[in-house]
Amino acid sequence: MARAVTTQHKTIATAAAWIVALLIFFPILYTIITSFKSEQEAIQGFALIPSGTTESYAEVQAQSGYFKFFLNSVILSVGSTVLALLIAVPAAWSMAFSPTKRTKDILMWMLSTKMMPAVAVLFPIYLIFRDGGLLDSRIGLTVMLMLINLPIVVWMLYTYFREIPGEILEAARMDGASLWNEIIYVLTPMAVPGIASTMLLNIILAWNEAFWTIRLTTTDAAPLTAFISSFSSPQGLFWAKLSAASTLAIAPILIMGWFSQKQLVRGLTFGAVK
Amino acid sequence: MATQQTRSLARFMMAPSVILLFIWMIVPLAFTLWFSFQQYNPLNPIRDGFVGFSNYALFYSNPAFLQSILNTLAIVVSVLVITVIGGILLALLLDQPIWGQGFVRILVISPFFVMPPVAALVWKNMIMHPQYGVFADIARFFGANPIDWFGQHPLTAVILIVAWQWLPFATLILLTSLQSLDTEQKEAAEMDGAGFLSRFWYLTLPHMSRAITVVILIQTIFLLSIYAEILVTTNGGPGYASTNLPFLVYQKALLEFKIGQASAGGVIAVILANIVAFFVMRAVGKNLDK
Repeated sequence: MARAVTTQHKTIATAAAWIVALLIFFPILYTIITSFKSEQEAIQGFALIPSGTTESYAEVQAQSGYFKFFLNSVILSVGSTVLALLIAVPAAWSMAFSPTKRTKDILMWMLSTKMMPAVAVLFPIYLIFRDGGLLDSRIGLTVMLMLINLPIVVWMLYTYFREIPGEILEAARMDGASLWNEIIYVLTPMAVPGIASTMLLNIILAWNEAFWTIRLTTTDAAPLTAFISSFSSPQGLFWAKLSAASTLAIAPILIMGWFSQKQLVRGLTFGAVK
Repeated sequence: MATQQTRSLARFMMAPSVILLFIWMIVPLAFTLWFSFQQYNPLNPIRDGFVGFSNYALFYSNPAFLQSILNTLAIVVSVLVITVIGGILLALLLDQPIWGQGFVRILVISPFFVMPPVAALVWKNMIMHPQYGVFADIARFFGANPIDWFGQHPLTAVILIVAWQWLPFATLILLTSLQSLDTEQKEAAEMDGAGFLSRFWYLTLPHMSRAITVVILIQTIFLLSIYAEILVTTNGGPGYASTNLPFLVYQKALLEFKIGQASAGGVIAVILANIVAFFVMRAVGKNLDK
């Protein structure tokens, strides 16, 4: 019976899904629309058609040097992710291919470090950063973001590596491949997709990290999270400019995010849901 | 012979990750624990020294403390209820055959990729602003008075924003789980004459139970430490109406420089997180055995 009403059923479901999806997406859509309005237009009440001016974008760059913050976001998120990968790939590799009795405990322990509330160590970290001259430095924050995401990176890589059949490695070993050859010629090609997914998700997470990036920076190393937060105490009305800045801040990561939906589920559930 | 070599190599390869995370976990936490038993004020160091549990007592007797704990729990519980129920409904909807499913998924997942300060500012200024926000426009359209969200219902406003950010996450994970449900089972139940509700209750929901558990646990970790959304919208106010535990600790540490009290609050936050972590580890660990 259910099969008989397919077209009607599909039409209703489609309409409902599109309405709900558009409602959820609306704040983002409206931000993008408003970014193409002039400041006056922006506060004149609800309107979905902007005049199409790009003056807000020009102003955001001219007044606050948007590009510098953008560059910091790129450096911090990519830098911390690459650093984390360099440290995590060997660890995940050894845990996936030569597991011991303690491997599971180590993995669980790593995950547990992720659950420590950042705020609990705010002051010690602040002191360490201040005394080490790391406040508002890109290096300090890169290391920080690397440490925060390291458990997720290890976990994600581990779940990907575990799916590579161990027999292939054994075969290579039997053929006399040395360990390094094994890693470079056998493992790496099979591991690249997993590493790429891990990288993508962690760049997104680091890009959006909004506790340490706000608290440990002021100007030089401040990424987009800190830049946007500085808009929270308004001097006058600035909807269009705020929208332009917001659109610029989320656009790159939104597009990356769309390509990483599957990895997102896997990475953030630590492989529990695939 | 080879295994011996492999094993020590494995240990060597694991060492950097383990050592780094160990230092990262132990050093700052030890500092926090130590500070929580000290009177320490960088601005007024005269009375600095060991004070026993009095920081905990002070933090505890501060009316803001109880309120911040209640607010923390209110945020966690409300957002969980909204996102899990909304997520199940949305997942069921998106699992139907619909035109343009890929695009709909993209629209629905998008809020998750919006950085917290942007999400908070957009909602604060463009959606919930009592004069220029879309909600105010809608209210006026129906002849009602616009609601001053951040003045009158600050906690509700924060909860709505956070729920908007996390609903996509719940939906995506529950949808992924839903799509792994065996269609043959579904069809068999249909043929046996099971209605939609009983199919949902006896087949779909049990199938999704693990995904729901995972959603609840992972969201709880993040929801316990909501920070930027409060900083950008209400700054914890009015009064302490929208201050949660992380925000209170931040205020004590970096605004009032009452390091001892802030550290005591931090230790309490750790204990709270540990209670949650215990359950997370059990759920994830169970899955590892499979």
